Amino acid sequence: MTARHALAAFLKYLSLVLASVAVVLPLLAVLLTSLRTSEEATAGRNPLAAPADWFNLGNFAIAFTDGQMARALWNTTFILVFALIGTVLIGSMTAYAVDRFHFRAKKLVMALFLVATLVPSVTTQVATYEVISALGVNGTRWAPILLYTGTDIVAVYIFLQFMRSIPVALDEAARIDGAGSLTIYWRIVLPLLRPAIVTVVIVKGVAIYNDFYIPFLYMPSEKLGTISTALFRFKGPYGAHWEVISAGTVLVILPTLVVFLVLQRFIYGGLTAGAVK
Amino acid sequence: MTQRAHVPWLYLLVPLAFLVAFTYVPVVSMVVHSFTDWDGLSRDREFVGAENYVDLFTRPQLFQVFAVSLFYLAGALLQTGLALYFATVLSFGTRLRGLFKGIFFFPYLINGVAIGFVFLYFFQPGGTLDTTLAVFGVQPRLWLGDPDLVNTSLAGVSVWRYAGLNLVLFLGAIQSIPPHLYEAATLDGANRWQQFRHIIVPSIKPIISLCVILAVSGALSVFEIPFIMTGGANNSETFVIQTIKLAFTFNKVGLASAAAVVLLVIVLLVTWLQRTLVPEERVEQS
Repeated sequence: MTARHALAAFLKYLSLVLASVAVVLPLLAVLLTSLRTSEEATAGRNPLAAPADWFNLGNFAIAFTDGQMARALWNTTFILVFALIGTVLIGSMTAYAVDRFHFRAKKLVMALFLVATLVPSVTTQVATYEVISALGVNGTRWAPILLYTGTDIVAVYIFLQFMRSIPVALDEAARIDGAGSLTIYWRIVLPLLRPAIVTVVIVKGVAIYNDFYIPFLYMPSEKLGTISTALFRFKGPYGAHWEVISAGTVLVILPTLVVFLVLQRFIYGGLTAGAVK
Repeated sequence: MTQRAHVPWLYLLVPLAFLVAFTYVPVVSMVVHSFTDWDGLSRDREFVGAENYVDLFTRPQLFQVFAVSLFYLAGALLQTGLALYFATVLSFGTRLRGLFKGIFFFPYLINGVAIGFVFLYFFQPGGTLDTTLAVFGVQPRLWLGDPDLVNTSLAGVSVWRYAGLNLVLFLGAIQSIPPHLYEAATLDGANRWQQFRHIIVPSIKPIISLCVILAVSGALSVFEIPFIMTGGANNSETFVIQTIKLAFTFNKVGLASAAAVVLLVIVLLVTWLQRTLVPEERVEQS
């Protein structure tokens, strides 16, 4: 009896450890290689061997300067800030209008948003490209900003769900005091939506930081590299220099790891809410 | 009263403009393009009827790209199974639960290009995978260079990336099962397998089916990982890579639009199937 339980527990932990090794091993190899000198990396040694010098940060310096990571970081931050503000405003305004007002075409508006969730944006890119060009923003940072802001329907749902839990009595009280709808939205609804805003910012922030396709398609200029496209460009010039590519890769993953460790609780909740919707 | 009727529209004006400009206009113009021979550049385009669709379905490459998505579909099913197993294991009083959950979930957050590089290095000849497998006496192989193997390798990367998301979704669903159900089952002498089979699976069935459906539409629209890692070379071209190449490399916007319309219709069909097969009630909280 106890022997069987012990065996079951052993197998359970064995499977967990094996799976963890499978997850960590590819990342570990890249981390170790980022610390090697170029002679070490090309010598064809075991990729999991310890680097000669654990504090060899030279590759990171090369990756950061030659890979123009500073500019990429700036471009990504620029896009992030405007796209996040846009997403929060658009999502919360939609939720406010739909949840707090009665109007004739409400069902139609909701249906328009609902049907849009079903359209995978990757398929319509052929035609979206035209819209972006017609607006004259192709090849600028405003192309991704507009696209991230304009196509986030998940945010609308997160706001809508949260809006329902804010008592309408608060709006009524403010209205009796003479507040207009804009004051109610700006002073009462938006501040109370803070937890939903945090969720949207995290979900959307991770998605924008990681997105490759939109900046690749709309900002081919090297000056407009984002984190993803700047890293992608390592492929050419450093094709054989895995120690530099690895350093660039580690530089990109590190902020994600820090954010994950600090905001774990919000991330699990937010990302699963985003995926299910 | 009449004065207030326009108020909601003031708030909806910008959101609706965005929605129309970036979702509905592209969908409509894509459908229109799919019946023309437009090259994406010139001013004039000619109406060619269903020619693009005929062309699309008679291309031998078409079956090739659908065959490729079968690898990702198989990967997604494996991933669902793995996630289900580990979610169950982690929900039965396991030590270091948070740590394991964190390790499994983290890949989902990583930048796609970074993942591409991590695995280009991992699969290199004489790289991490070959070295590790050599310990068990497995011969080195061309994980990305062998046309018969490349899609399995790439689908494996996809499993690595997304299994953690499924795991966290399942774990959340399992935790919302009332604990007294297990207690009652234990009193009745049910073992772990029976608890899994008769309590856990029925309770999280909707979320499992959701994951399976997401797997189908996901397998059809795979793009990032193969595009970054192989560029679609060597037998690894997917439907979306093919569409993008038709539109932006070969300037066949008409044909690419037809391909995109076909994909859109398939995805809508699959989603509709899911909504009809699985009752709506549960999606509320997870």
